[in-house]
Amino acid sequence: MDAIRTEGLTKHYKVGFWRPRPYLALDSLTLHVNQGEVFGFLGPNGAGKTTTLKLLMQLIYPTSGRAEILGRPVGDLSVKHRIGYLPEHPYFYDYLTAEELLEYFAALFGYAPSERRARASRLLDDVGIGAERRLQLRKFSKGMLQRVGIAQALINDPEVVFLDEPMSGLDPIGRREIREMILRLRDGGTTVFFSSHVLSDAETLCSRVAIMAKGRLVTAGALADMLAFQARGWELVVSGLTDAVLAAAKARGDVITATAVGPGRFALELPLKPAPERTLAALVAQGASLVSLTPIRDTLEDYFVKQVSGATGSRFLETA
Amino acid sequence: MKVVGLVAVNVFKESVRDKVLYSIIAFAILLIASSLLIGNLTAGQDIKIIKDLGLASISIFGLLIAIFIGIGLVWKEVEKRSIYTLLPKPMRRQDFLLGKYCGLVLTLVINISIMTAAFYVVLAFMKQFEPANISVTAAAPATDPAMLKAVVLIVLELMLVTAIAVFFSTFSSPFLSALLTAGLWVAGHFNADLRNFGAVVRSPTLAHVTRAIYYVLPNFAAFDIKSQVVHAQAVPVSYLGVTFAYGLAYIVFVLTGAAMIFSRRDFK
Repeated sequence: MDAIRTEGLTKHYKVGFWRPRPYLALDSLTLHVNQGEVFGFLGPNGAGKTTTLKLLMQLIYPTSGRAEILGRPVGDLSVKHRIGYLPEHPYFYDYLTAEELLEYFAALFGYAPSERRARASRLLDDVGIGAERRLQLRKFSKGMLQRVGIAQALINDPEVVFLDEPMSGLDPIGRREIREMILRLRDGGTTVFFSSHVLSDAETLCSRVAIMAKGRLVTAGALADMLAFQARGWELVVSGLTDAVLAAAKARGDVITATAVGPGRFALELPLKPAPERTLAALVAQGASLVSLTPIRDTLEDYFVKQVSGATGSRFLETA
Repeated sequence: MKVVGLVAVNVFKESVRDKVLYSIIAFAILLIASSLLIGNLTAGQDIKIIKDLGLASISIFGLLIAIFIGIGLVWKEVEKRSIYTLLPKPMRRQDFLLGKYCGLVLTLVINISIMTAAFYVVLAFMKQFEPANISVTAAAPATDPAMLKAVVLIVLELMLVTAIAVFFSTFSSPFLSALLTAGLWVAGHFNADLRNFGAVVRSPTLAHVTRAIYYVLPNFAAFDIKSQVVHAQAVPVSYLGVTFAYGLAYIVFVLTGAAMIFSRRDFK
């Protein structure tokens, strides 16, 4: 059984007052997410990520197509008991304290009062909300609200958790903490479906991703298997390299370009083949030392730009 | 039903922490107190004037709470996006709506109870200063428990007003919802004129249309027995029973419509 499955999921909105025209927010999305995986749902703003999440949460209804979570139709009460959701830019009742909010949500899942308090306390500890938990949420910063949002999404120990831009509004420490939390969830067997427009988040967390652009699925699979993200060369940084050794390597075709970054220290661009280990071994044998070796590939941002500039069709549908 | 209760308690908590609500109660109590002053201007009629003003104040301030909080109940959740975290929790949309409604009704009942208590305290206080010869000739005692009948029907009327406000707020803006709810309240108080309209027009079609509108519009005038209780006129229990059944049926009808609209709505 898949954790999430959509088939031909489509959403049109009517736009305009006098002559409403259907606007394609999501076009025939067919997708499946395995149980226990961290799945990245990537795309630039307006790609259809939030629309998809709202359809999965039944905050909006599809124009056509269907969606299932844990083998049951979305919106089914038994499914709601087993999932968690963090919306983009979450807003909560600001007259409640963080503690009260989490206890209220825990009550909606049917937990006894003592269990509500225990869960609220544990999750607020996990997301790094300390004594502030007794303040009304109107006094919280954006980053703190995001942390509360993540805590409320986990209040029922969900089997599948949906996070819409979970890193939004967080500082670098907060981002790292949330990344660690997502990995802990994965290790505990939770399926994590999160949307993001930041590739580095996906790279460090996801087993598979789907990439959206203009309401359509562009590609889905493991990032490493995607042609666009495969390495097209290597960047090798070495120290203790002499000009003569460098010239010889260039002459053999092992090095394409070399940029001096300090005395005897160079950033070398290597071709994909021969394997970088061979070039590195040759240089080390002649007195050079390894500083770093990284693959050269397109960033998600590069990919987005290509996809978005390549897709020229209007998202407004023709009306009869 | 547990979810309905939880949502209702949360609505009540919000209204308790909302300072605007306190100011309305304070103002209502202030107005009842000011009736003491007005009563002094009318020799021998103090108690009656205070009763008139007090019941009218309870009704008007209850109405303000019902309309102005009722129209924002759903709209605020959608506008501030708090509904995005709530609806994915294990609840049906109609339970959420019913919970919001019950929460506001709870708020109204508590507020009206406070206002009524203050009203009776003022009357009891005034009774101390009333000359014995006027007390004897008065149609009803100062703290006449029969006035509670009027208060109960005020509560029922406000429950219907709240249901109508919630109904409009499921699909329109607060301004329009307030306008439509207030419009229906006014029309519902004067719709007896619609029933008799057929007698003064020659067109049978128009007579039928106005009579149909009379039956469709909520008959708010039926809930108004303030004048009868102040003048110690008997209000039969059967009348209260029929009015209660009518009010509850109308509330169920309006809330069912609201739930149907709300259940199919997209929260973009």
